[in-house]
Amino acid sequence: MGTNVMPSGEELLRFLPEMILAIFAVLVMLWESRHDEHGERPGMPAFALIGLGLAAAASIVAGAAPGYAFRNMLVVDSFATFFRLLLMGIGAMAVMTASPFLRARKAEGGEYYSLILLSLIGQSLMAASNELIMVFIGIEISSISSYVLAGYLKDDKRVNESALKYFLLGSFATGFLLYGVSWIYGLTGSTNLNEIASILGNADIAPDAVLTGAATALILAGLCFKVSAFPFQSWAPDVYQGAATPVGAFLSAAPKAAAFATLLRVFLTAFDPMADRWLPLLIVVALLTMVIGNLAALWQTDVKRILGYSSIANAGYVLVAVAAHSTLGISAVLFYLAAYSVMNFGAFAVVSLREETELKDFEGLAKRQPATAALMTVFMASLIGLPMTAGFFGKFYIFQSAIDAELYWLAGLGLLTSAVAAFYYLRVIAAMYMKPSPEGAPEMAVPAASQQAVMFVAAALTIGFGIFPGWLLDWATRSSGLLR
Amino acid sequence: MDLILFILFATIAVVCGISLVVQKHPIGSALSLIGVMGSLAVLYLLLGAEFIAAVQLIVYAGAIMVLFVFVIMLLNAGEEAPGGKSWPSRLLGVPLLTVFLGLLAYLMQLMAPSMGMVTFGSFNTGAKELGRSLFNNYLLPFEVTSVLVLIAILGAIVLARKEID
Repeated sequence: MGTNVMPSGEELLRFLPEMILAIFAVLVMLWESRHDEHGERPGMPAFALIGLGLAAAASIVAGAAPGYAFRNMLVVDSFATFFRLLLMGIGAMAVMTASPFLRARKAEGGEYYSLILLSLIGQSLMAASNELIMVFIGIEISSISSYVLAGYLKDDKRVNESALKYFLLGSFATGFLLYGVSWIYGLTGSTNLNEIASILGNADIAPDAVLTGAATALILAGLCFKVSAFPFQSWAPDVYQGAATPVGAFLSAAPKAAAFATLLRVFLTAFDPMADRWLPLLIVVALLTMVIGNLAALWQTDVKRILGYSSIANAGYVLVAVAAHSTLGISAVLFYLAAYSVMNFGAFAVVSLREETELKDFEGLAKRQPATAALMTVFMASLIGLPMTAGFFGKFYIFQSAIDAELYWLAGLGLLTSAVAAFYYLRVIAAMYMKPSPEGAPEMAVPAASQQAVMFVAAALTIGFGIFPGWLLDWATRSSGLLR
Repeated sequence: MDLILFILFATIAVVCGISLVVQKHPIGSALSLIGVMGSLAVLYLLLGAEFIAAVQLIVYAGAIMVLFVFVIMLLNAGEEAPGGKSWPSRLLGVPLLTVFLGLLAYLMQLMAPSMGMVTFGSFNTGAKELGRSLFNNYLLPFEVTSVLVLIAILGAIVLARKEID
């Protein structure tokens, strides 16, 4: 065997962001162990942020020369680079929100930052994998660290329940996905996305359509769980409510964005030849996800739960753009995921300032903390999709792509459900501005500098993308061509 | 001879699999699982995948099952309490399972004529071929799995420590 085993420098460069994340995940732990166990342990968030910054820089450098790596295991194209940068941004927000949050609860440990970095490795691999085996390993890395993160504040009963629920349902869903992958391997003899596409696209050698359909459905079921789409959505509110708030913010943004990247890559590359079979299924899933997420959110009284159900509904909107099955649809997905990550993270960051997250605890917030209330209003307005916010253009592009694909009724129902959604987002705003402060409401501490930074940057981006969407849309459009 | 062995051990695997679910005592379930793992190892051996067979025995039937039994002993888990099933699961469980199995069998039967059949001993997956493939085509997944192991260790530390300080 004269084959060269060593990967070339170019291939290593395409894997550099993940390597940097792994190195910094270990460095954070080593740094922590240098300090006294019970004393102050400063510098860990800074380490994590430096790692994220370097990984983002490496993603840009690697993205400048698109191509395959490691025997076609990875594909680094503009699509993967978009997601890598988005994920690093989400990671940075998760680090900055969590650091004061955990310190206040005397629970700051290097493990938290390490787990965030390690889970980002998995998510960034999901966005860049060109092989079902890599997809599976990426999902496992992302999920298992998510389960641990969900159970991070383990003294709280609700945290434990949420982590256990997430773990049990999540491993079940991964089982579906893996079963589907094994069927695909049995049917096509390959796990490489391009090879699967060429086999399925060739009528002479394509395996039985019923069987490939079943395998595709299994993989879709696994991914639907990860993006919390109907009928695998019920875990989302419980997990986001139970987990520590910064963790909930991270879980509702990063693993979801990565799962959408995987969904797009796998279904628009490998299973594209049989698109007419899975598209109807996807349309139904998108429709029901929007309806169920939005209707169930109406009855919630906890702001974290409202955000949990809203994340289901938003997954439904993104699925509409996926179902449009066009380049325009992909760029709408990218735009919306970026906008959603920013506005949703901002809302979670506001919620993380408070111990109690019931709707009535937000009553009269505008009197006590006008700045925080104003920021929350910006995020809620963007989640509703009001003009001048990122959410407006996000929804606009999604429904435009659906109309272009002649999915008129899907776009119409999407608009209808987002009108329903306005009701529960407005309830939060109404509680802050229209209701008086309850008797004996506690004086709130001033948010820490890093939390303020996250909230203000998120609000600035939310409004910025709402007034000047062109820059983000250009980037999303440039990144919507999958390398196949 | 191969066929007789296959039918024998496939039957044992299925019976042990069912017994795993219906056993009331966790130790019974654990022992049934060892039966499943062991007979699967024989099936791998019949196909000619002796390395996988050995790994199956050492890792699953050996290491993992010992851990299972340890945990059961340490927790002193008793018999499963009966009841606690909701009426939809009582009513729909068995029929839905039958439908699912029937569908699966139908699909398999559909598949049978068009798909190539595996013959006994046709796999040539000794340790050498497996190693070569792991360090050539599958180098990246193989290496990245180490991250997964690191997360598992970290996760165990996070979830098992007494209190956060």
